[in-house]
Amino acid sequence: MAERTHREPQRRDDEASEVDEGVPARSEDGTRLKAELDDLLDEIDEVLESNAEEFVKSYVQKGGQ
Amino acid sequence: MALPKVCGIETEYGIFVRGAENDPVAASSLLVNAYADRLGPRPGWDYEHERPSSDARDPEPPAFDGGLDPELESRLVNTVLRNGARYYVDHAHPELSTPEVRTARDAVLWDVAGERIVRRSVEMALGHLPSGAEIVIHKNNSDGKGNSYGCHENYLVDREVPFGRVVNGVMAHFISRQVICGAGKVGSEFPGQSPDAVPYQISQRADFFEEQVGLETTIRRPIVNTRDEPHADPLVYRRLHVICGDANMSQVSTFLKVGSTSILLAMIEDGALKDDLLPANPVTAVRQISHDPTLRATILLDDGRRLTALDLQEALLEQARAWADRHGLESVGVEVGREVLERWAEVLSSLRADDGRAARWVDWVAKARILDAYGARHSVAEGSPRMRAIDLQYHDLRPERCLATRAGLDEIVEEAEAARAVDEPPSDTRAYFRGRCLGKFGDSVVAANWDSMVFDLGRDPLRRVQMSEPLRGTADLVANVIDESSTVSELLERLGS
Repeated sequence: MAERTHREPQRRDDEASEVDEGVPARSEDGTRLKAELDDLLDEIDEVLESNAEEFVKSYVQKGGQ
Repeated sequence: MALPKVCGIETEYGIFVRGAENDPVAASSLLVNAYADRLGPRPGWDYEHERPSSDARDPEPPAFDGGLDPELESRLVNTVLRNGARYYVDHAHPELSTPEVRTARDAVLWDVAGERIVRRSVEMALGHLPSGAEIVIHKNNSDGKGNSYGCHENYLVDREVPFGRVVNGVMAHFISRQVICGAGKVGSEFPGQSPDAVPYQISQRADFFEEQVGLETTIRRPIVNTRDEPHADPLVYRRLHVICGDANMSQVSTFLKVGSTSILLAMIEDGALKDDLLPANPVTAVRQISHDPTLRATILLDDGRRLTALDLQEALLEQARAWADRHGLESVGVEVGREVLERWAEVLSSLRADDGRAARWVDWVAKARILDAYGARHSVAEGSPRMRAIDLQYHDLRPERCLATRAGLDEIVEEAEAARAVDEPPSDTRAYFRGRCLGKFGDSVVAANWDSMVFDLGRDPLRRVQMSEPLRGTADLVANVIDESSTVSELLERLGS
């Protein structure tokens, strides 16, 4: 596994444009994802069916392929 | 040399009526009819050449002889759309098969168009329902109660490659690719196991596979399906019918599912896939991998080694890169093939590092993230009805109820091109001919199927145009002729048909 974590950045050395952006992009992504998740959690109770238990119970499908 | 990997996706949607009698067959028929009626004259589906009981393990390719498989009789409502797709009722579900496409990216595009078509159908069907009633559609593969329905992929494969080599070649990928494209599921549906025995698993479908290889699709489901129905020249082609995948909400997951599988099949055709990754017990392995979202489960191989699903995927990717360097990516589309290899590597490295980035790309990771965060904020137990509701609504196609569209998933295709793909066929397969003919000469198309079209020229007899070559009938070959013909007679005359 250690070997792989080393190999991965090396491969990217060839793709110069990606290397520099690698680390900041990750933390930006992380921040964006976190913010989106917070928004979703704030919203989720409105998005979820009001009677979740009933909704899940009544969801029965005929088998298909 | 590998054949161009013409491919397509068939999705059976979950369907549910609220506020009126929940009859899934009637509701599915209503959806397809409501949508098809808007298009005016509707061609039927032509069952010529449908042989779902032909088995790829038979030494002889399937022959074109009479007789209709009983399975087909249950498909009452059936139509062909002007984007080249087939839209129908299968069993008790609405099903949409994308047109044949040339790349994984186009598979995503017409799959997304399919979702839009189903959503439009729901709006159009509304007027036929009692007031207050609604049809609810889910793009998932199980109801959480042991009933499953499929999302199948199809790939064009060279008939010259012995089927046994295809089976051995794909097995490691088919058991492990769920880590890059599984849709995630709360609970277990494995017969004999308590639902709560598995709080969360990677794949929607893993609990339903009972055989390694077989012909069935609705019972005793096999990892590799042997249905030998090429829908093309049977002496030259196979169509690998892949039934082990999940329906994906994430475009990147669909892209990786189809892209990685296309590459693997091209590698098999080029003799470039090593045979050192054969799982000893594939059926058990599918479930072992799915039931362990920590990705630590190890799988016993034929040679006695034990590897994780990530190990298997990394080994396959490494071979795929070597193949691409040596053979090129023409068979899967050069640009798209490159993007598949890059995204595949990125997803695997994110899963390996457990850095959370995969939540933008992979459904099961995105869904797990919502479940974990929700559980932590509200102290809700694993497997509770609220968790199951989140699982279900991740796949809900109602815009106001869908969680996947709120999960921060990256998109691959633009809204505008998806809107166009609702009515326009791909330009680079025979779906172009099918779709354009329906768009321009719909009145004269009596029936169509994957490899032929039947036209009524206003005088007997009807004329069948055979389309046994999936890469003929493209825009390059027929666009001018279609544009310049003002009647079907003229078109057929100019095509020399």
